[in-house]
Amino acid sequence: MPIIDAILDDFFWRALIGGLGVALVAGPLGCFVVWRRLAYFGDTLAHSALLGIALSFLISVPLNLGVIITCVVLAMALVLLSRTRTLATDTLLGILAHSALAIGLVTLSFMPDVRVDLTGLLFGDLLAMSREDLLWIYGGAALIIILLAVLWQGLLMSTIHEELARVEGVAVERLRLVLMLMFSLVIAVAMKIVGVLLITALLIIPAATARRLAHNPEIMAAMAVGFGFVAVSGGLSLSWHLDTPAGPSVVVTAFAVFLLVYGAAGKVRT
Amino acid sequence: MTDPLVTLENLTVRFDERPVVDQVNLKIHRGDIITIIGPNGAGKTTLIKAVLGIQKVSEGLVSLKKNLVIGYVPQHLTLEATLPLSVKRFMLLSGRSLTECESALARTGVGHLLHSSVHHLSGGEKQRLLLARALARKPDLLVLDEPAQGVDINGQASLYDLIRQLRDDLNCGVIMISHDLHLVMAATDKVICLNQHVCCSGYPEDISHDPAFIETFGRPVAESLAVYHHHHNHSHDLHGDVVEGRHTECDHAHH
Repeated sequence: MPIIDAILDDFFWRALIGGLGVALVAGPLGCFVVWRRLAYFGDTLAHSALLGIALSFLISVPLNLGVIITCVVLAMALVLLSRTRTLATDTLLGILAHSALAIGLVTLSFMPDVRVDLTGLLFGDLLAMSREDLLWIYGGAALIIILLAVLWQGLLMSTIHEELARVEGVAVERLRLVLMLMFSLVIAVAMKIVGVLLITALLIIPAATARRLAHNPEIMAAMAVGFGFVAVSGGLSLSWHLDTPAGPSVVVTAFAVFLLVYGAAGKVRT
Repeated sequence: MTDPLVTLENLTVRFDERPVVDQVNLKIHRGDIITIIGPNGAGKTTLIKAVLGIQKVSEGLVSLKKNLVIGYVPQHLTLEATLPLSVKRFMLLSGRSLTECESALARTGVGHLLHSSVHHLSGGEKQRLLLARALARKPDLLVLDEPAQGVDINGQASLYDLIRQLRDDLNCGVIMISHDLHLVMAATDKVICLNQHVCCSGYPEDISHDPAFIETFGRPVAESLAVYHHHHNHSHDLHGDVVEGRHTECDHAHH
């Protein structure tokens, strides 16, 4: 259809459509990040995305695929390593997050023929969203939404009380892995919009904003999607009009909404 | 006698080669109330988790009756402040109908809290909520890990009383861990004193004379328990008011 073609030819619309797709899944997943205290974990996965990019160039696979696989492998490694308990989890995360980022940067520097826009990867780029990226985003988003819809009760129950969930027959370990897989997926597709260093913000800030107003988990997830939409559309418009970097503009908008909601709802008891 | 709900045979759990639970044999039948007591680190929680099937067993066997429904009441419900949750939603997550959930809440005395946030409940109310959630599953076996923690003394007595009544209503087995020795002694059928191995077990009035029990808890505790073991002639509701008529066979007053 020509009208859709015309829209998709415009880089701003591509970025906006992609960004909204990311916000759609970042909302509910961000709630789990907040509920399960996985902020630092998400950050670590995001940092490893850069390593994924370097590896994708090295073995020439599509960038999105390379990033997803790297994130999944790192997530599995984290789950396994955190069971050994020799190092505190935050120490472990700190080591892996920054090592993955550093290895990624060093590897990229060994490939002089590969021209990558590092700033764009780290902080997001309004111009970087291709039609192919849109396919990845909406494919990933559809998969995540289906998984969330099917597994919601079990995920919620194991978040509330892991042992109780286990006794009631919830496959807690398997769900944890699926959740990690979904995080990896959302990080891979969100990278283009907000950049590696700011992905966690897009997960956490809308969810935290929603917490102030929501009285049950599902409403909180839905509100987080809404606040994510506001952050993405506001941020990308800001970026377009003022020529500011895309990722930081989105995060600044999300933060402004967060302050507004907490300020306005200050006297309401939730 | 009917088949036991749970049979433990030579159950041993080791953490790094150190036995935490050592060769425990135990049968739980319908109608039993079995209380596990023991010092810290005695393996009480590990034993319970083995029964629940969430603790890997190093040696021995845990056999559960076919299709056994377990209602588990964990020690705490510590809800992350960022997770908004109403009592109703929490109950419905059990997968049971709203009617079943409501009647379970009413049964444990917290029916009026249906629309409250779980975050606003007191310690005692949370324990009753957890009990209601276990109850909604219509369990054959109730497993409770220190059910009266964080509950005031009057609340403790009525909570143990409630557990006994639920046992009668559901005709289920009950196994629990408790530190409230004097209340346990009055409320339970069989006490197992655990210190990695079962150091002694039996009826409350017998166990307080057992040399192994006296050695573990000391003579003063044992003697005070022998005195404590009696039936109350009244009970208390949530507000600590006296509720008459649950026990009639007693002949002495509150102490």
